[in-house]
Amino acid sequence: MRKTLAPYLLIAPSLLFLAVLFLVPLVQTIRLAFRAGQAWSLGNFARMANDLNFSDAVLNTFRIVLIVVPLQLLLAIGMSLMLRHIRRGRDLVLWIWSIPLGISDLAAGLVWLAILNDRGYLNSALFDLGLISAPHSYLTYETPAALLGAIVLAELWRATAIVLVVLVAGLQLVPKEYAEAASVFGASPWQIFRRVTLPLLRPSIQTALILRTVLAFEMFAIVLALGGRNMPVLVSEAYNWQYANQDYGVAAAYAVVVMLLSLAATLVYLRVLRTPPEQLA
Amino acid sequence: MTLRRGIFLSGVATLCAWTLVPIWLIALGAVGGRAAVDSWPKSFWPGSASFATLGSFLAIDGVWTATLTSLEVAVLCMIFSILLGAPAGYALARYSFRGATAYRLLILLTRAFPVGILALPLTVSFIRLGLYDTPVGVALIHAALALPFAVLVSASLFQGIPRELEEAAWVFGCSRPRAFLRVVVPLALPGIAATAIFAFVISWNEVFAASVLTVRHRTLTAYLLAVLSESPLHVQFAGGLMLIVPSVVFIFLVRKHLFSMWGIANR
Amino acid sequence: MAEIVIDGIRKAFGAVVALERVELRVADGEFLALLGPSGCGKTTLLRVIAGLESQSEGRVLIGGRDVSRLPPRARGLAMVFQNYAVFPHMTVRDNVAFGLRMAGAEAARTDRQVRRASELLHIEPYLDRYPSQLSGGQRQRVAVARALAVEPSVLLMDEPLSNLDALLRLEMRAELKSVLRAAGTTTIYVTHDQTEAMGLADRIAVLQDGRIQQLDRPATIYSHPATRFVGGFVGSPPMNFLELAAAGGAVRLGALTFPAPADGPIVLGLRGEDIEEVTAGAGFPLAVLVVEPMGSHTLVTGQVAGHRMRVVLPSERLPAPGEDIHLRPLPGRLRWMDAASGAAINPPNP
Ligand SMILES: Nc1ncnc2c1ncn2[C@@H]1O[C@H](COP(=O)(O)OP(=O)(O)OP(=O)(O)O)[C@@H](O)[C@H]1O
Ligand SMILES: [Mg+2]
Repeated sequence: MRKTLAPYLLIAPSLLFLAVLFLVPLVQTIRLAFRAGQAWSLGNFARMANDLNFSDAVLNTFRIVLIVVPLQLLLAIGMSLMLRHIRRGRDLVLWIWSIPLGISDLAAGLVWLAILNDRGYLNSALFDLGLISAPHSYLTYETPAALLGAIVLAELWRATAIVLVVLVAGLQLVPKEYAEAASVFGASPWQIFRRVTLPLLRPSIQTALILRTVLAFEMFAIVLALGGRNMPVLVSEAYNWQYANQDYGVAAAYAVVVMLLSLAATLVYLRVLRTPPEQLA
Repeated sequence: MTLRRGIFLSGVATLCAWTLVPIWLIALGAVGGRAAVDSWPKSFWPGSASFATLGSFLAIDGVWTATLTSLEVAVLCMIFSILLGAPAGYALARYSFRGATAYRLLILLTRAFPVGILALPLTVSFIRLGLYDTPVGVALIHAALALPFAVLVSASLFQGIPRELEEAAWVFGCSRPRAFLRVVVPLALPGIAATAIFAFVISWNEVFAASVLTVRHRTLTAYLLAVLSESPLHVQFAGGLMLIVPSVVFIFLVRKHLFSMWGIANR
Repeated sequence: MAEIVIDGIRKAFGAVVALERVELRVADGEFLALLGPSGCGKTTLLRVIAGLESQSEGRVLIGGRDVSRLPPRARGLAMVFQNYAVFPHMTVRDNVAFGLRMAGAEAARTDRQVRRASELLHIEPYLDRYPSQLSGGQRQRVAVARALAVEPSVLLMDEPLSNLDALLRLEMRAELKSVLRAAGTTTIYVTHDQTEAMGLADRIAVLQDGRIQQLDRPATIYSHPATRFVGGFVGSPPMNFLELAAAGGAVRLGALTFPAPADGPIVLGLRGEDIEEVTAGAGFPLAVLVVEPMGSHTLVTGQVAGHRMRVVLPSERLPAPGEDIHLRPLPGRLRWMDAASGAAINPPNP
């Protein structure tokens, strides 16, 4: 190919844009977090760590991520395999299953608030079935386990779709002959899954986990919608420090923590789920 | 055999219900009004289906303007990310150039960061630049969120259009830009439209950056988040439904491209 | 004992009928070639036998057992896929060992059989590579080795040598034949290369549009094609067909008169090598159009009675284009076909 400036001219605008709106704020966030007045300091981090909510926020964030992400992966793998066996109406089912992809975490929180509030539809259904005689609370400070369960449910409902879509896209890239060959050579459905489908899906699983985990660390509106401030998570704390306390430094410190966690998770996935190039189809 | 099929199909149906029923329920909450929200036990069928609540929701001071702001932001985000992303995608698809890998890596790297959170420090510089509390300001940061997708998806789209078609056009006397406009653009248009819609949905749904960068000209998400603790439930449900409906429609519109998009984004 | 019986198999993909009531019986240890043009249903038939495709009607029996409703893994066969389907995430060694591992074979036996199969297909140097590091032909040989390694009693092969160079293909063909014969493997071998089918098979089934046109020994298929299609598809050059009119139980061609089995329009089939050159007036004239010296023989294309005809002459004979040559069919080599249906009128009597 002829040497030309064209590709550089084509990528330049987006590069400039990302420099200004990604790299600059990234550096600024880090600076903001490590500054107190005019000097470098860890003061913001100290204030963050000494805050009552901090350890709860860390714990809750990890609880949610560690429960939700593996469950979503399992659910999405199951759903994507089910899709392969649907004979009629596959497209319809696929569309229905991917609807939550377009739903924000705030909206998802409100949806599940409608179901799980004291006079919500869950209690109504339980009452209609004669299982309870009066409304039952799930979303209060006194019921942390139920509140966590509610958040997990809402997250499963909302964000399994993204994992599903990535996996279905990955499965489409894997010719069905591989599974067929395995079955001809005597592999049981489980062996086909373990030894052929799963390894071939590895790049997609990696993509899905990276996307999903980063988004899970970022999630906060669902928590605020369902539990108010009853269940702090890292990003909701960042939001509160910025908004309620007007303390940009501590908010930035929270942001740095979230970024480090996201980055660390990404690196772990990149490493653990690496597929050597020679093993790609 | 048929028993297994039956179990399988009821599994599929259960998962469909799992997705759809909650949407149905918030819709009930949204159209039922205060009376429905306060009633106990609730009916699972709309007693008096009326869009009065939704109407009164829109009549609430700020909601309608917030909706319009959201629309404006989302459309701007869509325009920014396509205008910036599609050319870059074309470059990745058609040229092999030094730095292509590094560029790809930068794009992928942005996905390892919670980009919305980067809005925090922008408050200060946006105030200085006069972008704070404006739709353009929010749209810019949303475009930073949507851009990586726009680049990768359009790269895969252009890769899917055989280079030979373009070359044929050159042979028949088209200049390179003209060949691009006459041959590539028409073929890529549906995919680009899907990417644009996806950018719209990303922006429409984004909460954090929108909340941080606005005070008076709030987007719908920022507005709902701000009034979460103060407003009555039926208003919140109406807001939730307002957020959901356009997204569902848009996902329907782009359903064909949903998958091709991610398959390539893998690499 | 692994006799394969295909009993009235029909397969439709929606409106497309890929197989139309196929009846086929492959004896234990037999090598059957499935021959036919692209899209005639060869792959579909193999996939139905393997259980990868469910038949619309009919049954498949292997070793006397009705396997129609069994999943592929319960049918006890091995297969070479048309597009190889060599697992990209496994080394060549793991690919070849796959079937043995699935069957829970012990390590020593797995090793031994993997080594045998890879020696046979000359892929030992690549055993520790991944398929993406192999050429197309090498990958195809891995697919064949994977099937041979399990030492199956039934082996289905879908154009297993299509991607090899001519020399290697000849060699592999011979080795496959001897190995499969020695092991007594019942084999169905799909190909659209008719010389391959002729050279390898005990019997050939010629498939067209999802129907078996003829099932016979190679020599019979060649000399007594059951239909015009078979005669035209098998053999190189293909059989010549002259559409003539018979009257009074005879057909005239040049100076010759042949007794015809029926009156009215009729098709005469004649292989290009089943003729001899005679002097003018003792045969029919062929107006020479193209002369192709092939080394071992000369291929002459000409025109007779308004039809194209290709004949084989000795290599030293090189007529000039425009010249007329005079030919006579060898005795007993004329084939008659119905003009409407294309079916042979005097069916082969082997
Ligand atoms: N999954 C399918 N859906 C619809 N039609 C199909 C399908 N598979 C095969 N067919 C059709 O069935 C017919 C037979 O196909 P098949 O693959 O068996 O041909 P083949 O003889 O193996 O051809 P080739 O020599 O090109 O491999 C073709 O017309 C093909 O288009
Ligand atoms: Mg085939």
